[in-house]
Amino acid sequence: MFKSHIKEPQWDTSVFLEDVSVHYRIPSESIKTFKEYIIKLLKGQIKHESFSALRRIDLDVKKGEIFGVLGRNGAGKSTLLKVISRVLIPSEGRVWINGQISPLLQLGAGFHPELTGRENIFLNATLLGHSHDDIEQKMDEIIDFSEIEDFIEAPLRTYSSGMQSRLGFAVATAWQPDILILDEVLSVGDIGFQKKCVNRMSKFRDRGATVIMVSHSVNRIQEICERAIWLDHGEIKILDTATTVCEIYKKALSV
Amino acid sequence: MKQNISTSSKSNVYDSAKRKHPAIEELLALFRYRDLIYQLVRRDIVARYKRSVLGVAWTMLNPLGTMLIMVVVFSQVFRTTENYSAYVLTGIICWTMFSQSTSMAMSSMVWGSQLFKQIYVPRTAFVVSTILASMVNFILSLVPLFIVYAMTGVQLRPSALLLPISMLFLFSFSLGVALLVSSIAVFFPDVADLYPVVLTAWMYLTPIIMPLDFYREILNGILLYINPFYYIVNLFRILMLDGFVPHLQTWVATAVSAFGILIIGWIFFSLRADRFAYHV
Repeated sequence: MFKSHIKEPQWDTSVFLEDVSVHYRIPSESIKTFKEYIIKLLKGQIKHESFSALRRIDLDVKKGEIFGVLGRNGAGKSTLLKVISRVLIPSEGRVWINGQISPLLQLGAGFHPELTGRENIFLNATLLGHSHDDIEQKMDEIIDFSEIEDFIEAPLRTYSSGMQSRLGFAVATAWQPDILILDEVLSVGDIGFQKKCVNRMSKFRDRGATVIMVSHSVNRIQEICERAIWLDHGEIKILDTATTVCEIYKKALSV
Repeated sequence: MKQNISTSSKSNVYDSAKRKHPAIEELLALFRYRDLIYQLVRRDIVARYKRSVLGVAWTMLNPLGTMLIMVVVFSQVFRTTENYSAYVLTGIICWTMFSQSTSMAMSSMVWGSQLFKQIYVPRTAFVVSTILASMVNFILSLVPLFIVYAMTGVQLRPSALLLPISMLFLFSFSLGVALLVSSIAVFFPDVADLYPVVLTAWMYLTPIIMPLDFYREILNGILLYINPFYYIVNLFRILMLDGFVPHLQTWVATAVSAFGILIIGWIFFSLRADRFAYHV
């Protein structure tokens, strides 16, 4: 098992995890209601089982690095991304992040059907933590990218689902992130729009964003990434160059 | 090497090892996201009024309608109360603000907890914005209140100028209770079903519809003194209807119950907030 010896983030560190664990406490039987909870609590019948989604993870991703995460379903990949993007505060350990992170937002979550496209851009972008002035600056670019100029003053409920996800994507990627999180494959809208998305992602990468990429496709990771980890049952099995990790991962899978 | 860390980026470093107390951390985060609060309040108000022509009018007509019913039903019963319609309408708009805003905060938290699993947002943002939006509605409902005052011959005195302070207490109290109930509702959705029952009981324990004297006679008025909402609505009525500035102890009692609940709610909520994303 890999153990890091670096105990402090360095000047060129982008994402730094030290001894990070995430434990979910799952009640041994499902308690759905408050009434049930109170009764069980009084009777002393509440028992929890602990499930560790991540165990003692050490990680030091450098600025501008393209970093791959491999692992089967349930290995802790999405939990790792959640910890990095501050959605989940780890049960133990330290998370140190330098820079803006691209959102994991499901496209269009947080939209409101009664508001116009423009109003929804403001709402969604402030949810992502941008200020009013920042949004105003990017407004034309967002509208342009989402290809809905003609409908921007119409309420969102009149939009097709394709238009909604294009708008969501345009807002989510309007700002150059320092850390870009790529989870599986993007599939938004038609092929033409997908191409635009891929281009935009590549542009972020070329401008020096740190990329953390999660994929089931070993070949893609091997192709693009410099280093990679193999996550297994919430632990780092190996951390090495992408080529080495992918070779070992492929071998392990074929056995 | 270390100084490079701070200069390399515009101090955009997040370090979980250097977090302050959750309650303070939450307050700072909320301030950073103030533009979000504005957008959420705006959304709540716009969405409510966009589809109905009578939208704004409903906010004013609703308490008026309830008042009319109460006046018709109870004015015979509570003959002793002087200017019952002004009394009951004042109580109703305070209570409506409190009960509606806290119920709505709960549902906006349930909506928001979907987002908490995907992005970082200050956890209090949805509750705070809901209460603020309700406060805007409350201000609108002051219009029919003043009309009824004028019609029933209530003479506003200079004490009415202290109304904003009274509103601040109402806001703090509602926010505190909203934080308490919504942090529980995230884990147990049935709290949302239970809460209206609690509210109904609470309303009848508070002098909203029935006259103050009725409560004073029960157990030497103990029901009033242990009921924090009594202080809020009482101060409101003293300033508006009775028209005098009450003693310091009335102010202190009201401030303690309003800010006390707010502080308790804020801390309770912040301490549980880290667990929200864990709750699948």
